[in-house]
Parts: sequence; C-alpha cells; structure tokens
Amino acid sequence: MQDMLRRYGFGLTLAMCLLVTFWLVVLVIVPNITLFEQSFRPYLPVVEIGGPRDTYSFANYLKVFDGNVDKSLFGISFSIPVHVYTFGLTIFYSMLVTLICFAMAYPLAYYMAKIVNPRSLPTLILLLFIPLWVSEVLRAFAWWIILAFKGPLNALLMGLGLIEDPIRWTNMGYTGVVVGLIYTYVLFMLFPIYNGVQSLDTNQIEAAEDLGAPWWKIHWRIVLPHSKPGIASGSVMVFMLSAGSLLVPSILGSTTSQWFTQTIDQWFKDALDWNTASAYAFLLLLLCTVFVSVAMWLFKVKLSDIAK
Amino acid sequence: MSAGIDLENVCCDFGTFRAVDNANVSIKPGEFFSFLGPSGCGKTTILRMVSGFIEPTEGVIRIGGKDVKGQRPNQRPTALIFQNLALFPLMPIWENISFGLEVRGVDKATRRAKAEELLKLVDLPGAGDKMVSQLSGGQKQRVAIARALAVEPSVMLLDEPLSALDLKLRQHMRAELRAIQRRTGVTFIYITHDQGEALAMSDRVGVMSQGRIQQIADPREIYNNPVNGFVASFVGENNIFEGEVQTAASGMASFSTPHGTFRARLGDLGDKKHAKLYVRPEHTLLSTAATVENAVLVTIGDVSFEGNFIAVHASTESGAHLTSEIRNDGSATVPEKGARMFMSFDPARASILPDANVRA
Repeated sequence: MQDMLRRYGFGLTLAMCLLVTFWLVVLVIVPNITLFEQSFRPYLPVVEIGGPRDTYSFANYLKVFDGNVDKSLFGISFSIPVHVYTFGLTIFYSMLVTLICFAMAYPLAYYMAKIVNPRSLPTLILLLFIPLWVSEVLRAFAWWIILAFKGPLNALLMGLGLIEDPIRWTNMGYTGVVVGLIYTYVLFMLFPIYNGVQSLDTNQIEAAEDLGAPWWKIHWRIVLPHSKPGIASGSVMVFMLSAGSLLVPSILGSTTSQWFTQTIDQWFKDALDWNTASAYAFLLLLLCTVFVSVAMWLFKVKLSDIAK
Repeated sequence: MSAGIDLENVCCDFGTFRAVDNANVSIKPGEFFSFLGPSGCGKTTILRMVSGFIEPTEGVIRIGGKDVKGQRPNQRPTALIFQNLALFPLMPIWENISFGLEVRGVDKATRRAKAEELLKLVDLPGAGDKMVSQLSGGQKQRVAIARALAVEPSVMLLDEPLSALDLKLRQHMRAELRAIQRRTGVTFIYITHDQGEALAMSDRVGVMSQGRIQQIADPREIYNNPVNGFVASFVGENNIFEGEVQTAASGMASFSTPHGTFRARLGDLGDKKHAKLYVRPEHTLLSTAATVENAVLVTIGDVSFEGNFIAVHASTESGAHLTSEIRNDGSATVPEKGARMFMSFDPARASILPDANVRA
C-alpha cells in the first residue's frame, strides 16, 4: 500500500481502490448476498412480502427432495427425487466431460510443451485460440448443425461406411451436451496442463529414459506427478464450468437430458420463483465445491499447489 | 562389467551446422576418458550420441563391440549424469536411486536395500528418506552418481557434473569421482571445459575444438606435448611468438620472429613455414644476464601474486607481451616493476606448432 501510494500518488491510488471496491462489492458481493438471503424466504405474493408468512427456513433447499420418479439404471429400479436425479447426472456427466477433456488435453499439452518445434508453437496456440473468439452461442449452434440428423457428421460416417443409417445424435440422452461442453471447455484444461508440463525440466524426462524407463513409465512417474497441480486446476475449472453451464445444455440437450442449471433456470423463468431458484443455485455451488474438495483430497492436491 | 566404446568416423549435423566432424576414438573398458573443450566444441553432442539421445549423421558407435545404431537411451548400457543432475524432486532419495531398478521390475524390498548399499558407496548412509531439496549441492551430486550406478551400467557418461559446485567441493568431488570409478571399474566418459578437472582425473583426454578432436593422449602428454596451437593454449597458459621456420634438423628448428630468432622443438607443420611458437610461463626464466640462446630483453610490467606462484608480466621493445611464472617458494627474487631483464627458455620446453585442426 505504501509502495502504491509512492508510485502512483494519492489520487490514482484512491481511484484504483475505489474501482476495485465497486466491482467487488456492488457487482459481486451485494447481488450474491441478496440472492442468498432470498433463498431462505418463501415465494410470496408481493403484498405478503415482509408479512407474517415471510420467515426464514430451509424449505426452498428441501424442495430438491420433492417429487419422486421411478428410474432404472444398470437393471436396478429405484425411486428417486427428480431434482436429485438431475443433480446426480449433472455431476456424473460433468465428470465425464472433465475426464475426456483431460484425455484429449494431456497428449496435446505434452506435444506443445516438449515435442513441437518452439518456432511453430505460436501458430499452434493461435489455431487453438481462434475458435474461442467465436461466441459460445454460435459454437454451440455449429455443433448442433454438425450433429444434426442430416448433418455433416452423419454424412461423413455414412460416407466412410462406418454406419448404415444416420444417428440422431442430439436425441441420444446427454451425447450432444457432452460433446458441446468438451468443445467449449477443453482449452481450460489444455493451458494449465501445458504450463505444468512446460515447467518440467526436459533433462528429467531424458534421465528417466536413460535409466531405462519405457515411455508410459516416464509419464506415470515423472511427467504426470509434476503436472498434477496443472491437471488439478484444469479439472476444477472444466468441472465447475460444465456443471454450471446453461447455454450448452439448452442448445444441444435432448428431450431426455436435463442439466441442473436448466432446473434452476426453470425456477427463475418459468415458475418465477426466484427464492427457490436461488436456493438451488447455492445448492449447486455448495455441492460442487464439496465435491471438488473431496476430489482434491483424494488426489492429494492442495489449494496452494493450484494457485502456483 | 565395463565396456569399451569405439567411435568410427562419427559426424553429427544440426541442419547445416556440423557439430561433430569425423570423430575417431577408442575408449578402453574401465578407462576414465575426458573430452575437454570450450563450450560449443561438440563434446556434449558426442556424449548424447553415445547415450542415444542423438543419432550420428554418419559413422558408427560401438559399445562393448556392438553397433548401437537405432537403440534408444533406455536400451543402451550407459548411464548419463546430467549437468544439472536432473534428480526427481518429487521422489525421496532412495526412490531416485532405485528408479532404474523400479523400471526393471525389481521388488520394493530389494530396491530399498540396493539404494542403501549405494548410499553407503557414495558416503551418504541413511539419507534414503530425505527429499532432494533437503540435500546440499555435493550431496545431490553423490545421489546422481548413485542413481546412475544403480542400473549397473557398462559406461558412465558425465556431462560437466561438477560445474555447479564451489571450488573446494569441486576438488573434493574430483577425488571422490576418481575413487568411485576405480572401485566400480566402470568406464567413465567425462565432459568438461575445465582443464584442471580433465588433467587431474583422466587416464586419457580428448581435446576438442569446433567439432574436431584435436588430440587424444594422457594428461601429461597433452600438457607437455600438445600437437597444435589450440591444444597448447586451451590447456594451460602460453607465451606465443608468431614467425617463420628457418632451418630444421632432428626435430628442432630455428624460428625467426619480429622479437628475435629462437630455437625450439618443431611440431608437425606439414609444408607450412609460417607458425607460432608456444612456451609456457613456468618454463621461462628471468635473469639479469642474457643466456646463450632464446633470450629476449624485456621491461617488467605488472607483478601479480596468485598464491602458489607469482605471475610477472613483461613486454619487449618490439611490442610482445609475455608472462613468466615464479614459484612462491622464496627461491627467486621477485623483480621490480620497470626493471629491464632477460626472459629466456629452454628450447626443449618450447614448441613450434600449427594452428587448430578445423574445417576450411
């Protein structure tokens, strides 16, 4: 602070502090606190707000346990609250997206960090970035076209003779959603891993090879442990973004895919019940955070490792 | 089990740059062989070709008599010690050392026992559970050696492993390395730009410049009988006179320079007459009276005290700058600055040599 004052003078320092405070308080903290407070209050007609029925309770949060549906998975039939089921599937498919993103990003990150000629690296990074300049909505719709019944993917697969009849990709449960989410968020996995692998001393890879290690052993014992913090931060980002995505599931979702954010959206926009909607939103945030913490504990990653 | 290494006409090109040019050397099993040269002379490239990280563009490399063309580093019986050691920071010391055994499928108890045994060999008993970051520079050095020895290589390749250590530790580790080499009997190929290291440790030294091996000989031969000007001036200090060979007979020649005519041993100049005469500062004598031959009148300049010797810088009237070294044992009086004296040298201790062997 002393340093800032000396360097920028009083006026500029004050202006910067005020702007940061404005952003943090007015644009982040206040809206969230408002919704958080609302989430504990019932959805009431305007005249009753502040009245005797307007009391704090967990009722909105407990609504996730309402309305059982009968489902069967792996041959086991069970009855489960519909929103819990949606939440479970959202977590499961977000994990699947994270896993596939990792499987795709790790080899590419390793290639970029250790194999490719450093002179062609900027071109490669540019090629990876260009799709990011296109709006997320357009990219989702692009995939909608690609996956369409008479779209290019089916045409290609049939042309190659891999399938005989076109497949309704966007009507196969979560297929469209998973594909869309991977495409949207894979770079969030790629760059942290790239940073991790890139900081590994190439001599260590060579030393391991010189000591007789086959390629998979080098990755398992040297490269993966070293890039664990990068993998962890990439995974957290992809997982959280996927679980919190609304756009991709609403464009690429099928009749049988329901994302938890869509449920929240329905509470907001269809039921106009902002109180329950906020409760669901905070529930998603809380449970995802818990889930990520548990995963980090399981993989022995500390928050401070990721911050690096 | 140690193996010999033969390089036959080995060349290595990086694009249009020839890093190693026609290297021929035969290293005997159990030998301590050093490649000595300035940075960029191709010595590390030779090491990386032997270990398998680079394939030679031309030529054959044999380890233990077998051509190793196409073999990856993990298939060769060599162990490389990297300049920065490249220890694995996320593994404890014992896992570092036994990594080579781990990849060979040795069980944990045996690996642990082997690691402890090697830690004793490198004088670090009980350090197995420490992490790499807890060790000092010299200790890391020993761990790197132990890790390389664990795979029982036929050949150890060392890429300037002592360059990061301070002087005292470096001298200590020199002796240590030499002792470990004798104890294990493994062939050592040592890369360095430090002539002191190369001379003190090696059975034989290969001096390199600009991708070419200039001379292969034992350390004394390298120092006392360099084959060319590069070897003479890279290994040790020299006073250099440029001039022409006048008459030559039975290995000695008379050599005329702008600073006088001298007699010295004649190196292999081919058909050239123009060459340089090299004489080491410790082989010169300063006296008040001129000797019969090889004496120049000089004016004493700066006198610098180096500890074990005193370097006397002097210049001739014809403009040559010369240095003479006096042992700091009280046997000679240190001349005063500005004094006029004769600097002389024994013809048998001076050589007329061609320039370095480089590509035209």
